Amino acid sequence: MISIENISKWYGDFQVLTDCTTHVGKGEVVVVCGPSGSGKSTLIKCVNGLEPVQQGRILVEDADVTAKGTNLTRLRSRIGMVFQHFELYPHMSVRENLCLGQQKVLVRSRDEANAKAEALISRVGLLPHIEKFPGQLSGGQQQRVAISRALAMDPIAMLFDEPTSALDPEMINEVLDVMVELAQDGMTMMVVTHEMGFARKVADRVVFMDAGRVVEDRATEEFFGNPESERAQDFLSKILNH
Amino acid sequence: MNYNWNWGVLFEGEYLGWLISGVGWTFAVALAAWVLALAVGVLVGVGRTLPSKPVATLCTAYVELFRNVPLLVQLFLWYFVMPEIVPDDLGRWMKRDMPNPEYVTAVIGLGLYTASRVAEQVRAGINAVGPGLTSAAYANGFSTAQTYRYVLLPISFRLIVPPMTSEFLTIFKNSSLALTIGLLELTAQSQQIAEYTFQGFEAFTAATVIYVVIALGATVIAQTLEKYTRIPGYVGKD
Ligand SMILES: Nc1ncnc2c1ncn2[C@@H]1O[C@H](COP(=O)(O)OP(=O)(O)OP(=O)(O)O)[C@@H](O)[C@H]1O
Ligand SMILES: [Mg+2]
Repeated sequence: MISIENISKWYGDFQVLTDCTTHVGKGEVVVVCGPSGSGKSTLIKCVNGLEPVQQGRILVEDADVTAKGTNLTRLRSRIGMVFQHFELYPHMSVRENLCLGQQKVLVRSRDEANAKAEALISRVGLLPHIEKFPGQLSGGQQQRVAISRALAMDPIAMLFDEPTSALDPEMINEVLDVMVELAQDGMTMMVVTHEMGFARKVADRVVFMDAGRVVEDRATEEFFGNPESERAQDFLSKILNH
Repeated sequence: MNYNWNWGVLFEGEYLGWLISGVGWTFAVALAAWVLALAVGVLVGVGRTLPSKPVATLCTAYVELFRNVPLLVQLFLWYFVMPEIVPDDLGRWMKRDMPNPEYVTAVIGLGLYTASRVAEQVRAGINAVGPGLTSAAYANGFSTAQTYRYVLLPISFRLIVPPMTSEFLTIFKNSSLALTIGLLELTAQSQQIAEYTFQGFEAFTAATVIYVVIALGATVIAQTLEKYTRIPGYVGKD
């Protein structure tokens, strides 16, 4: 479904990504982890073309994200994305956050969009808050709304960039629960996260990045059982021992 | 000091009429120039934030040009120089047949100058919204136009209400420069009353009070606007 083939990317002279290759099959969950600054966010932003790459190729289904003539707007409307800082539209109610894309991009009717919004918001237990504004919700609630907003577009895959790392510890699980459920429903997911419990539970593979390179890309049990590289071992021991 | 105070002069039919007409022209210039400034300023301000290099450069050039040449010089350029450098026919029309040339010139000069200042506010507002929300909107499937229309502009317009209020007040004050090209707005009329009646204190006090009242009125309107457009729980970029 998502296939990243030998991509390299530079910010000016600085090479952020070096020859990265990985893939996410239909219905698969792939967790991306690695130290800060290793290029995880950059990699995931390349998948829906938010960041251009200078070398290599990314395919989503049959569309080539990196080719010149590709309709990126259309492609993005089919891939959901969830950010570290939620990025909900602050001037709109939860309902409007969920309906805007449906109505303006997918050209759904107001009733259809509303019905979808209500159904999705009920699923994450926030129906009583549907008329509130993002600023009136807790971080965990905002992130659940953000996930629902992405799902409202009926995406073929979902990208997550550290969805729980801006949250207070007591709110992390309410968001992870939603993501686990989504994974179990068969959603194709690429998730940048340091929540190793989540990775163990639902990830099919773990991609470990360091200094802009994909250092390991292996089945979850293998990765946790005996990571090959020293850097991954280091990283795991640090993250698991606190 | 030997000065004969006579506040009554302000309420004598003829002079009161001048004042009222002056206020009328001040409003007419300031409001029309404001509309022009908003239209051009929003376009230029947005242009400076677009990914397209040529468009952004062009808009930056506009801002630097119009913001850095003194307004008075700009008014003179529009009024005295412009008709000479445009094609002959147009120049002749501007000098002879253009209706109310002082007014039209004042509106264009003041409007285009203020547009450069509005553009800076709009740009600052858009930048204050932050790259995160822009990415989110694109990721949601919006085109660039939709991202501006539904996300960036509605938020940044709310953020810039206070600085825009001050631009709006400035346009009223700056409209007094139109007297230099012969428009009989409030300051010009006060000056004329002073010359006719030798009651300069009264005439300019009247003008001062009227400008202050306009400013207070605009401030109250702006505060109401700010209150009604406030986003619940939102304090701008974190
Ligand atoms: N717009 C940019 N311009 C220049 N350099 C950038 C830009 N964005 C990111 N970088 C650099 O690229 C590198 C990778 O950044 P990236 O955000 O992808 O890392 P990350 O793995 O997501 O880190 P974190 O865990 O802190 O989120 C960093 O060194 C960062 O400083
Ligand atoms: Mg990151």
